[in-house]
Amino acid sequence: MSAAPVLPKLVGERVKRREDPRLVQGHGTYVDDVKIFGLRHAAFKRSDVAHGRIRSIDTGAAEAMDGVEAVFTGTQIAEFLDPMPIGTPFPSPEHRAVATDVVRYVGEPVAVVVAADRYTARDAADAIVVDYETRPAVVNPEVAMTGHPTVIHADFDNNLAVPLVPSGTGVSPDGKTVDDSVVDKAFADADVVVSQRMVNQRLAPTAMEPRGVVAHYERGKGTMTVWSSTQNPHILRTFVAKLNGMGEDEVRAIAPEVGGGFGAKINIYGEEYVVSALSKRLGLPLKWTEDRSEAFLATIHGRDIIGYVDIAATRAGKVLGLKLRLIADVGAYNMLLTAAIPTLTMLMANATYDIPAIRTTLTEVFTNKTPTDAYRGAGRPEATYFVERGMDMLARRLDMDPAELRRRNFIPADRFPYKTQMGAVYDSGDYAKALDRALGNAGWQELQRERDAARAEGRLVGLGLAMYVEVCGLGPSASLPTGGWEHSQVTVERDGRISATTGASPHGQGNETTFAQMLADQFGVPFEHVRIHHGDTGVVKQGIGTFGSRSQAVGGTALHLAGAKVREKMAKFAAALLEAHEEDLVFEDGRISVQGSPDTGKSFAEVAAYAYVPVPLPAGLSPGLSEEAFFEPANNTYPFGCHISMVEIDRDTGELALLRLVAVDDAGNLINPLIVEGQIHGGLAQGIGQAMIEEVRYGGDGQPLTGSFMDYAIPRAADLPRFELDATVTPTPVNPLGAKGVGEAGTLGSTPCIVSAAVDALSGFGVTHVDMMLRPEKLWQIIHGGQA
Amino acid sequence: MAQVSITVNGRRRTAEVEPRLLLVHFLREHLDLTGTHVGCDTSQCGACTVLVDGRSAKSCTIFAVQADGSEVTTIEGLAKGDDLHPLQDGFWEEHGLQCGYCTPGMIMSSVNLLEDNPSPTEAQIREGLDGNFCRCTGYQHIVNAVQNAAARRSS
Amino acid sequence: MIPSAFDYERATSVDDAVARLAAAGGAGKLIAGGHSLVPLMKLRLNEPGTLIDIARIPELAGVREVDGAIEIGAGTVHHAVATSDLLRARCPVVAETAATIGDPQVRNRGTLGGSIAHADPAADYPATLLALDAEVRIQGPRGARTVAARDFFQDLFTVDLAGDELITAVRFAPVRTAAYAKLYQRASRFAIVGVAAALDVAGGTVRSARLGLTGALSHAVRLTAVEEALAGRPADADSVAAEAARAGDGLSDLNADIHAGADYRRAMVGVFAQRALRAALARG
Repeated sequence: MSAAPVLPKLVGERVKRREDPRLVQGHGTYVDDVKIFGLRHAAFKRSDVAHGRIRSIDTGAAEAMDGVEAVFTGTQIAEFLDPMPIGTPFPSPEHRAVATDVVRYVGEPVAVVVAADRYTARDAADAIVVDYETRPAVVNPEVAMTGHPTVIHADFDNNLAVPLVPSGTGVSPDGKTVDDSVVDKAFADADVVVSQRMVNQRLAPTAMEPRGVVAHYERGKGTMTVWSSTQNPHILRTFVAKLNGMGEDEVRAIAPEVGGGFGAKINIYGEEYVVSALSKRLGLPLKWTEDRSEAFLATIHGRDIIGYVDIAATRAGKVLGLKLRLIADVGAYNMLLTAAIPTLTMLMANATYDIPAIRTTLTEVFTNKTPTDAYRGAGRPEATYFVERGMDMLARRLDMDPAELRRRNFIPADRFPYKTQMGAVYDSGDYAKALDRALGNAGWQELQRERDAARAEGRLVGLGLAMYVEVCGLGPSASLPTGGWEHSQVTVERDGRISATTGASPHGQGNETTFAQMLADQFGVPFEHVRIHHGDTGVVKQGIGTFGSRSQAVGGTALHLAGAKVREKMAKFAAALLEAHEEDLVFEDGRISVQGSPDTGKSFAEVAAYAYVPVPLPAGLSPGLSEEAFFEPANNTYPFGCHISMVEIDRDTGELALLRLVAVDDAGNLINPLIVEGQIHGGLAQGIGQAMIEEVRYGGDGQPLTGSFMDYAIPRAADLPRFELDATVTPTPVNPLGAKGVGEAGTLGSTPCIVSAAVDALSGFGVTHVDMMLRPEKLWQIIHGGQA
Repeated sequence: MAQVSITVNGRRRTAEVEPRLLLVHFLREHLDLTGTHVGCDTSQCGACTVLVDGRSAKSCTIFAVQADGSEVTTIEGLAKGDDLHPLQDGFWEEHGLQCGYCTPGMIMSSVNLLEDNPSPTEAQIREGLDGNFCRCTGYQHIVNAVQNAAARRSS
Repeated sequence: MIPSAFDYERATSVDDAVARLAAAGGAGKLIAGGHSLVPLMKLRLNEPGTLIDIARIPELAGVREVDGAIEIGAGTVHHAVATSDLLRARCPVVAETAATIGDPQVRNRGTLGGSIAHADPAADYPATLLALDAEVRIQGPRGARTVAARDFFQDLFTVDLAGDELITAVRFAPVRTAAYAKLYQRASRFAIVGVAAALDVAGGTVRSARLGLTGALSHAVRLTAVEEALAGRPADADSVAAEAARAGDGLSDLNADIHAGADYRRAMVGVFAQRALRAALARG
């Protein structure tokens, strides 16, 4: 027998996904695929006015329809359903799942129908007649926050969801005392100051699977099962139990196959509360499936934050200070994490730079629009955008290569861990290395020559570059009201197969594969012998969920720790069987044997069987091989990277084409580079979408103007070039895997680097900044001086 | 009510349906073929794509009664027993999917694409998928998957 | 997502369809591919009482040559038009136009007749039919009639077609030196502005030109001022383009929406008129 192991190590390999055979055959089960005997269907009647008081609701015609089980108005629902919980400590107005009195955005539910099938439910919802006394709509946050006559929520003067909160240099930890002297001096000492108001526009997350929920309250047992298209079934369970007056032991939440989330499925929505409450009240299984046109109104939006950016610097390009005044339009209500998202923008204001003086302020404003909450990147793309666009403007002002300006301001690689002015402690980083790699891969100087040659021909070609650092691996618990840990249980079954649970709840991330790779290596068993269970609180005892690029760094570490405990115990059983010292044992090729003499070992299955029928039971051991672990990270992780783009703008039409996108991303150690690349590709597409083609728009009356895919574009295949990816590897010391997280990274650098490239292309027209999205008309107006 | 008789994945299926029943709901709710998904209501996203009489079509924009007498192929009808269709293999091999929701429609469109053009260029693949949205992958691995399948078929 | 209820009938011939339409009174609506109609029905913006399916009427489908003209059956799907060998050889602008509509699945189902009967102000076919001076052939209870495309498109979603009539075909004299150029609305893939140009060139001179415009106004129109200016000009790309540059100047009541304002659309009429003309000349 050869000494070299037969089973290859899988961690770090491009392993094909376990999930895919079922998904490519249409055998996945998403929420809308769940069928239960007696299932009824719910449909919501939604407000078609942006702001108004409900004078009356006539449900008579709906109730009279064949097949209609029940119709409930908001007032009726309020009799048995409390207002929706909020997951942040910020003061929040009362928010009922179905409006009782005042409606505050188009799409807010005002009544719900329960019917025998979805067609009848829709007919009945349509037959409900609501009479509104309309009120003026509040749509512009900067107007709304300063003495606007219309107040959306009675206790929130000037529509201020969060009045001005300062952060950064000279601000005491409790935020109560603010010393501006250091920041003021930085600006007083500066040779140059660049200032710009920038809009990071409102976006629709648009996971391809709209939301949906099935609730089944079983009267006989007094238990409820809730299937939902959610990123975090355990959090869903907690809140659904609470609002239904049930114990967490009595509610089972299941996230089946989830067709994308991008942050929008973190939130626990009114429909989940209403459908579960009605199932309990009516004693019937009940389903609600969101239509896409509903999703554009009823699923949270992302971004929508204005940044006033000021950067002070020396003539030599050393940044002395940064001011970032943020105004977030949060829409009509605070959802689960709404108020907290812009605080992440403040947290990351230091970006990749050693900036000695920073003042950020944050104001959050209610408007008559769909509420905002987490959307891929959630606060960090905004910070990256504001700072990187500002740096680009500074480079232009100083007539300096944008790469060189970055290099002069990087936090040096030997300064980690690095405490920022914003209070974050960056774990590890080597920003110059990522920059150099990206410049090299792009052929930066050659690209500059190409650009200049194209310009000489009259073509509008531009280059953009952006660095990013993001905060990932969310936790720890001090920063997350839900708890910032993750949980896993690893079991070696009696036959030697391995079952593991994870509280991470993937919706495309491929954890069934990556986590199985890890355990296969940890135990030296075939990949096929490992199965990962997730997304079901009846199977997965505890968990937080998947968001903030935390699955691998937090969830993966919990799995690793649980696996290590089981391995340790199994080694004790094996040592007893083999009459060897456990520290001499190796787990390899499906066997446990003494180092150097594989023939003397026992098969993995034999040791497992012994552990479950331990005759004799080794001293100090209990039977069985199943251990759990909670992992609470001591800190976040801070992945980083550099994105470079080349664009060309059609002089005649203003249409922008993305010619190249070069990305170097450092997410620490990678478990499966194939999956990591997929994550980055998807993030890039969304970041590019924001720069180029995506924008939620409202009319002055609060009516949505982008209510379907007819008016809201997301990238198609032909909109995108072939991305050029590479990675540097700077492991994190925060967890034993050295993995940082990669789910959101693509959205960070791509957006500002494309806008900077567009500005570069248009620099001949005296432009220093263009707000997103880069609509052809907008660019054409710049090129043609605003006239035809 | 109207009677429809549609051959789905080679099997003739007859049912009494409301004329307004969409083909996608006929497949999903009457035949339990839930591999065909619904991603929008304006005929853009392509998650509901199936083959109707051999051509890719959005089953959310066709009433079941319109398909009476037609042959419909859904994602469930592609594999031959345990043998995946080359496109299914290609998507698996090249990591052409993440959440999997768009995947059945994406694969059905790709079947049509490769029928029309067995060795497409990258640009032709991207344009050929104009009617299918994916929010997860950025399409690059999907393009690779179609290329992979094209190579597999031609070899 | 869920349309209102309706009755459904399938017509077996054109005469049968006309009879069924008459029987349905005002509640009848024809459906062929349904790719204009069904999305509206799903959003309940259109709620017909009776749908009369004309998709399987054999005489409505196909591209054929008739007396030196080309006739396209109203039930012909866009894909069939886009890939027609006859059109590609004799009148490529029509195939080219069809290939820009929607996406592959839409082109597999949507029909020419459905598109022009619906007459979305941003639809592609109308521009090209105008440039070809096509005639629209219509059948109704009062018999058959023919309407010139320039008279057919009347207003926003309004055409010269009575509620009890159906379009059977369009017919046009093929023009090789013709092309269609379009600025895509990136979400819907309809035209923000689309211009089709058809030229009659002889001896290095433009003898006559016809340009059809879609997307810019409430309905598709001919750009007659440009047509007149081009007649008699040298048939080289630069002089033709120069005449077309200000093609939008004389237009009033241009569409304006979140995708493009009126001034921009006006400018794009000139840009895409130039592009269509250059491409048309390149086919000469």
